[in-house]
Amino acid sequence: MSFAQIVQYTFSGITVGSIYAITAVCFNIIYNCTGIINFAQGEFLIIGAMTAISLSHVVPLPLAIVGAVAVTTVIGGLIEIVFIRRVSDASILRLIVITIGLSIVMREGMLHIWDEKVRSLPYFTGSAITTVSILGAHISPQVLWVLGVSAVIVTALTLFFRLTTTGRAMRACADNRMAARLCGINDRWMVTLSFMLSAGIGALAGCVISPVTQTQYDMGAPLAIKGFTVAILGGLGNSMAAVVAGLFLGLLEAFVVSQFAAAYKEVVAIAVLLLILIFRPSGLFARRDVTALRTA
Amino acid sequence: METRAARIFCILMVVLALVLPGCKEAETPPAQETAPIKVGAILAVTGPASFLGAPESKTLEMLTEKINKSGGVNGAKIELTIMDSGANPEKAISMAKQLIDEKKVLAILGPSTSGETMAIKNICQEGETILLSCAAAETIVNPVASYVFKTPQKDSDAARRIGQTMKDMGITKIGVVTSNAGFGVAGGKQLAAIIPEYGITIAIAETYDKQETDLTGVLTKLKGEDVQAVVNWSIVPAQSLVAKNMKQIGLNVPLFQSHGFGNIKYVEAGGEAANGTIFPAGRLLVADALADDHPQKKVLTEYKTDYESRHQEDASTFGGHAYDALTILVEGIRKAQSTETAKVRAAIETLQGVVGTGGVFNFSADDHNGLDRNAFEMLTVKDGKFAIYQK
Repeated sequence: MSFAQIVQYTFSGITVGSIYAITAVCFNIIYNCTGIINFAQGEFLIIGAMTAISLSHVVPLPLAIVGAVAVTTVIGGLIEIVFIRRVSDASILRLIVITIGLSIVMREGMLHIWDEKVRSLPYFTGSAITTVSILGAHISPQVLWVLGVSAVIVTALTLFFRLTTTGRAMRACADNRMAARLCGINDRWMVTLSFMLSAGIGALAGCVISPVTQTQYDMGAPLAIKGFTVAILGGLGNSMAAVVAGLFLGLLEAFVVSQFAAAYKEVVAIAVLLLILIFRPSGLFARRDVTALRTA
Repeated sequence: METRAARIFCILMVVLALVLPGCKEAETPPAQETAPIKVGAILAVTGPASFLGAPESKTLEMLTEKINKSGGVNGAKIELTIMDSGANPEKAISMAKQLIDEKKVLAILGPSTSGETMAIKNICQEGETILLSCAAAETIVNPVASYVFKTPQKDSDAARRIGQTMKDMGITKIGVVTSNAGFGVAGGKQLAAIIPEYGITIAIAETYDKQETDLTGVLTKLKGEDVQAVVNWSIVPAQSLVAKNMKQIGLNVPLFQSHGFGNIKYVEAGGEAANGTIFPAGRLLVADALADDHPQKKVLTEYKTDYESRHQEDASTFGGHAYDALTILVEGIRKAQSTETAKVRAAIETLQGVVGTGGVFNFSADDHNGLDRNAFEMLTVKDGKFAIYQK
């Protein structure tokens, strides 16, 4: 393979890898706060993209994206308040099944509102045929947007959790919910906030990836599964690891395509995942003490 | 009761109540109506193949209304029952049984997809019910089952037209990408068998998942093989994705698509990247550009105008397949002058020169599709619109 080809495949890999990473980060936010795996996460990305597409007919693109993120954030919060909060003493498994049910309802809802057509947001810069050349590889400028936005999201989240009071409060909830409550943190509001944050970030990711991958009402589920895979791969609950794992999986898939028949892409990626999980069941970067699904 | 008068009044009322109903004028006997012709349709109106089933369903309703308004067929109205299978073969099977055993339909139009059609092919053959499928697979009519017909053009003819066009362009080395769904797999096989006949080598053939969202990896591989053209055989959304990804990674060679590209929405989805795509399709998409004396012009422009004004959306070749199915059935009934299944079936086999949206149909006992490669027109995309491909 020539150097230009290697760069080309690398770009392919990190583009799709960063979307996996963002989805996994969103899984981790909710998991950390509540112990729930939110299988409706994929739908948040798609709702965000679809809303932005509808709004973009009425308002300029940046406003449409802001509006879509706002709407999806509200939806995320409502889902938590209406469905998750009421089931106060349910087991984690029951809540997870509820999120699966929610993802189905949201998918059908999207089908009714937007029908089955494939749509996409306009390219942020350029058009369907613009291409920039970097180190011999040709990519759409939208790819740079995806990488840039993902990096900004991860950095902003890290700063949020580390430096702001609310972020620290959420981490406190994640560590020990009862203790956090005793410290005066409103843990129920933290849970709602975690859903809203996940939904909003998901929506932003959905918007930025929409010109590249196109958006269809049922794209949420495969995305959620990949994101969940990446979250497990990095170690559930560890967001930085999720980013690394996401990029790793994306690159793995891209280079598998370069060497083997493209049809085997999923097979090899999942096989590697299985191997890693057999030898390191908690994921690549898990801390030794966090090995069971938390039940707090 | 207080008074005798009141008592008599009550008795009178009761007597009248018992007698009057019997004195009603004898109802006019029901008008001598010819029994309606029962036609069933199994279409994927919702679900993953709704881009096929939804226009097909709308087309059938529209055409049935039109036929019934102008007096029906041989004086009898068509009674159409559309069932939504969601492209699910199991549902199609139970719907077919319902239509054949309970509703006792004369014919079933559809299903929309090849998978469903193959699932019910034997049921219809054994149930002696005419099946006019709107799905494309060769295996539907090959081997021929006497009651089973299909209206879409042949995959192999599409591959041949593509091969011929590439040969005329002097292309000798191509890359083929296909989706892993039934349509893509079937197309891949046809291409592998037919393209070499035109002196063209397939340097690389790759399959991708139908839900794939990024094809830059696969196309980079093709670019590495220095192909002179790319053939993509899939349905939406991969069709627009291939076009966009090719331009973005700098693979600037002609892109050929299958006849699954037959809707202007896919051109819109591809944006500027769709310009220059070459593909075989029914002439519906360029109906306005046809010469006035073209045999299909009248049918096509009428269908297009009716559909677009009624449904506020662009007509696609897919809805046309259902139009053709019903048209052929109606012609068969007219020719047979009967609604007996066996007679209509035999009549359909003798139909010649039936002008449809997909082409001009000529049936025979061996040919239950009725179309040859001339049913296709090679089209291209210019400035976001369909145009006839000129060399």
